[in-house]
Amino acid sequence: MSIELRHIWRTFGHFIALQDVNLEVRSGELMALLGPSGSGKTTLLRIIAGLETPDPVPGSAVLFRDQDVSSRNAAERQVGFVFQHYALFRNMTVFENVAFGLRVQPRKSRLSKDAIRARVYELLKLVHLEDLAQRYPSQLSGGQRQRVALARALAIQPQVLLLDEPFGALDAKVRQGLRTWLRKLHDELHVTTVLVTHDQEEALEVADRIVVMNRGQIEQVGTPDEVFHHPATEFTMEFLGSVNLFRGRIESGKAVFGPLVVDRPARLATDGAAARLFVRPHDLEINTAPNGKPSLRARILRIQSAGALVKVDLLCETGEQVNVHITHERFREMNLSPDAHVYLSMRQGKVFVEDYCI
Amino acid sequence: MGRLAEPRWVRNLLIGVTLLFLGSFLLLPLVVVFTEALRNGLAAYLASFSEPDALAAIRLTLLAAGIAVPVNCVFGLAASWAIAKFEFPGKAVLISLIDLPFAISPVISGMVYVLVFGLQGWLGPWLAEREMRIIFAVPGVVLATMFVTLPYVARELIPLMQEQGIEEEEAAAVLGASGWQTFRRVTLPNVKWALLYGVILCNARAMGEFGAVSVVSGHIRGLTNTMPLHIEILYNEYNFVAAFAVASLLALLALVTLAAKSVVERRMRQEEAQ
Repeated sequence: MSIELRHIWRTFGHFIALQDVNLEVRSGELMALLGPSGSGKTTLLRIIAGLETPDPVPGSAVLFRDQDVSSRNAAERQVGFVFQHYALFRNMTVFENVAFGLRVQPRKSRLSKDAIRARVYELLKLVHLEDLAQRYPSQLSGGQRQRVALARALAIQPQVLLLDEPFGALDAKVRQGLRTWLRKLHDELHVTTVLVTHDQEEALEVADRIVVMNRGQIEQVGTPDEVFHHPATEFTMEFLGSVNLFRGRIESGKAVFGPLVVDRPARLATDGAAARLFVRPHDLEINTAPNGKPSLRARILRIQSAGALVKVDLLCETGEQVNVHITHERFREMNLSPDAHVYLSMRQGKVFVEDYCI
Repeated sequence: MGRLAEPRWVRNLLIGVTLLFLGSFLLLPLVVVFTEALRNGLAAYLASFSEPDALAAIRLTLLAAGIAVPVNCVFGLAASWAIAKFEFPGKAVLISLIDLPFAISPVISGMVYVLVFGLQGWLGPWLAEREMRIIFAVPGVVLATMFVTLPYVARELIPLMQEQGIEEEEAAAVLGASGWQTFRRVTLPNVKWALLYGVILCNARAMGEFGAVSVVSGHIRGLTNTMPLHIEILYNEYNFVAAFAVASLLALLALVTLAAKSVVERRMRQEEAQ
């Protein structure tokens, strides 16, 4: 089922949590709301669920499959919601937790006892917890609780599945496993899913499309490839993965950052405007001698070679401190060591010109 | 653990002082109550309860507690729910207001009722016209009991509910549960031990209350005397055996309360440890 949000505002006292947010989630897709804490992503998710009410602004609406559900409360929207801290019912067993949504249905539409039992076990099997049905939440590990919460949310056959930082409270290893599992599950069930996360890696790996949020507004919506390789704003560029920043100016139509010159800045800008160049660590090249391309002189500060790539911290002649990722092969070839002087050149970068106000 | 380096005699002295204190101030009076009550034998002890005034006093005490405890239960749940789960103006005032009955002397609370409902009071003439009696009648006794026991349930529930937050309630709502279903299946089971604890304390206070009830009751034998008031009257009439016999009932209640309280406390600790 598709979801559409129109002109969503939400203020808490003087704090503006959401500022005129418009968003469309396509039927069956897995969308990630990505942003730092305080960016409004959780508030937006809670508004979709009906746990939070948007400010009454003209034109504001929450639509499920083109139907306005603004006036329906959380109980009437039939959404599955997985809370950040799971919010499992502590006085109920795993079985009772999953059965809850089925048992509170009005008598007319309620399944029989046996049917509920069958459905609960089917769900517990789906999340690999059928052996723990009689345990209480306090007797489960974090990852197991997370799966109970998911099974409970799926029990009512929701039209929409909403996940608030689903893996936030788990350790890295469990997180990785659950991520892959969630993606597989989504491919099997095809429930429209919105996931809130502050972890860019998680969003890039799991989602069909990513909504990058900042200060209550949407910065960019796009596939993981689009937002990573073609960031629309500085914020997106900086938030998705690490970047190196060079400050410079526009001079006769070119962006100049010391010896590095970028021919076509992203936007036409007046001469003298401040420009910022963002380069990902793997888009910088280290050479022991100038290689013909425009390059910066830099001194190696630190080398960290544990991991898939070798991470090198350098201090540029222009004063910027940068981080470069190179392969182990290349690292051995060049025989780099701290304090060595090298030349940095750029494969590609992204230039943002600051708004020029007079 | 033997880690403390105090010499043995210091330890024994401290333990001795504590036991002496407990013995003379708690245990001894308890023993006195029962020995005095049984001074003239079991028959005389039992006879004290078959007296109509004594029976009436026991009945009124049970009635007052029987009304005050459930009412305070409902109030306590409503107040703590409101305080823990919603934000509203005047919340801080409400929290401190709940403690008012703890802060003022019970005699004063009794006096307030006399001033409001008594013949010379604000509502006195209006009530007299309709031939309704509150002061020096059963309703006054019940009202005074309710007033002094008001904080017990709410006090136990508020901190627990605040700590538990509203996430489980939200989860229930999203799963389609109505407000009542959420309360009955999620909220109430989560606070049941604290609620029971509050009820036990509330009941003990309701049955033992003297000051406030004394002011509004008028001490009409067989009509407006509760057990504590009845004991006082018997004692003032030098009817020691009967006085201590009724007193022994209250003492028994205290022992039962203590036992129930420690059982519930243990359950609460277990639940917390989970």
